Amino acid sequence: MPAAILMLLTIAVPAAIVGIYSILSRGAYGGVELPWTSENYTRLIDPLYGGIFLRSFALAAAATALCILLGFPLALFLARSGARKNLYLSLVILPFWTSFLIRLYAWMFLLRDTGLINSALQSLGLIRQPLPLLYNNGAVLVGLVYGFLPFAVLPIYATLERLDQSLLEAAADLGARPMAVLTRVTLPLCAPGMGAAAILVFVPSLGTYITSDLLGGSKTILIGNLVQNQFTTARDWPFGAAVSIGLMIVALLLMFAVRRRGEELL
Amino acid sequence: MILELRGLSKQFAAHRAVHDVSLSIERGAFFSLLGPSGCGKTTTLRLIAGFETPSAGEIWLNGKRIDALPPFRRNVNTVFQSYALFPHLTVLGNVEFGLRHTPSADAALRVRQVLEQVQMWDKQSRRPSELSGGERQRVALARALVLAPDVLLLDEPLSALDPQLRKQVRAELKALQRQTGVTFLFITHDQEEALALSDRIAVMRGGEIEQSGTPQELYRTPRTRFVASFLGEINWVDGVGIRPECVWVARAPGPDGSRPGRIAHTTFLGPYRHLAIQLESGEVVTAQTAAAATFHAAENVQVSWDPADELRFPA
Repeated sequence: MPAAILMLLTIAVPAAIVGIYSILSRGAYGGVELPWTSENYTRLIDPLYGGIFLRSFALAAAATALCILLGFPLALFLARSGARKNLYLSLVILPFWTSFLIRLYAWMFLLRDTGLINSALQSLGLIRQPLPLLYNNGAVLVGLVYGFLPFAVLPIYATLERLDQSLLEAAADLGARPMAVLTRVTLPLCAPGMGAAAILVFVPSLGTYITSDLLGGSKTILIGNLVQNQFTTARDWPFGAAVSIGLMIVALLLMFAVRRRGEELL
Repeated sequence: MILELRGLSKQFAAHRAVHDVSLSIERGAFFSLLGPSGCGKTTTLRLIAGFETPSAGEIWLNGKRIDALPPFRRNVNTVFQSYALFPHLTVLGNVEFGLRHTPSADAALRVRQVLEQVQMWDKQSRRPSELSGGERQRVALARALVLAPDVLLLDEPLSALDPQLRKQVRAELKALQRQTGVTFLFITHDQEEALALSDRIAVMRGGEIEQSGTPQELYRTPRTRFVASFLGEINWVDGVGIRPECVWVARAPGPDGSRPGRIAHTTFLGPYRHLAIQLESGEVVTAQTAAAATFHAAENVQVSWDPADELRFPA
């Protein structure tokens, strides 16, 4: 009962407020006012915003793919590390002890024209002009992968931990070499963990704001930046709300789809 | 000899699991490794399968030395105690698993044959989670047998089944072994199973083999006290062993050597009865009598046996 009330207050009510905002009209100086309108949703389909949605989607998908690609071997290493397991686990979780904002600033420090990477390359004589490492899609991707990698590693690790060792022995017994055991037994049985990892990375990446704001500069406008814009300079709260609701629906649909697939497999 | 173990040993950090084990198993035999928990039988099986490397000794399969080979290179297959069926594959997928490297036409036929042999062909599309314990075991058997191993290793395959099912599956296993002619190496702690199924048994204790031979040899002429007590039941009187079925109970004193005693209680076991008799000399002896015998508790009786049935062991 108390859990239900908590969920109602913290999730359902705010979502409802945003929902209501999305069907109202914009006020002259921000805020919302009557009349009711569905105009905000019809505007979403405008090709002007298509580019933003596509870029956000592509970036989130790339971040997810990279996180799983990097996260799986890391999780495998963790699961097999025996005595040092707890040490390595703490190392993976360690970044969460620092502010995400500070860590993004650290990346800016590394990537900018006068930053650590460019200075090092220049002093080594490998380049003459600084490389444009910051303020583009690539930098945003780096920030996303860096920030969300632990979210990918942990669920995959949890699934690997629970894997019945005798299944791996059985596979070897039946003639599978170590690589075949990995691809035919370990990977398929990791699917639920990877599904969870995918959601944990994709959904927040789709709506990311700070990462693109700091590392992407003015060239990279993603959904998150669009929404933030509507609630500040553009003073179009209803439209911002509509974009948010759209994002929420996409996220929910994805979560259901992944859960369904997961249940089918096992 | 299809499988030979020569001086096989395995030492874990603080624990000597297997010590100087030597065995020869004939092709086509049903061979059991019998012993209590912790005696080293499972470790021995894992050494043969390749999941552990020996600390010393050699393993020879079909004339070739295999102890340095990884499991996927050895022509032995294992039926695990928990069956270890792949949950993400169907029955068919599980059985086909090891055949990846064989040409298609033959593989499909072999899979069908072996599934029909264990009566699981009709359930080929089911997932392991949809099967009963007995069905899962049959799939595990099929999965291993389809690869035509030189030796099939079975790790206590009957212990996960209900007692009712166990006897039936036991008979099916024996029949399967006879039909296929594959050499079975069977691990168990249940001496009744071992006696019923095996052509030969090796009794293990503390990592070593105490005695190996046919079931009859081990039962009638055990070489150590341990083997005598582990198989069947035995009474110890004055340092000599005598089996319950060899003990004669009478109301009147018999030939020389009959001992007086009093029946403490009787146990009806179906086909026969066990009488627990407290001898005047203090020991309690279990005697086996016909179920119809009319002895009852608190009766005074005379106990005797044929000295030829005594089992004596060096002190």
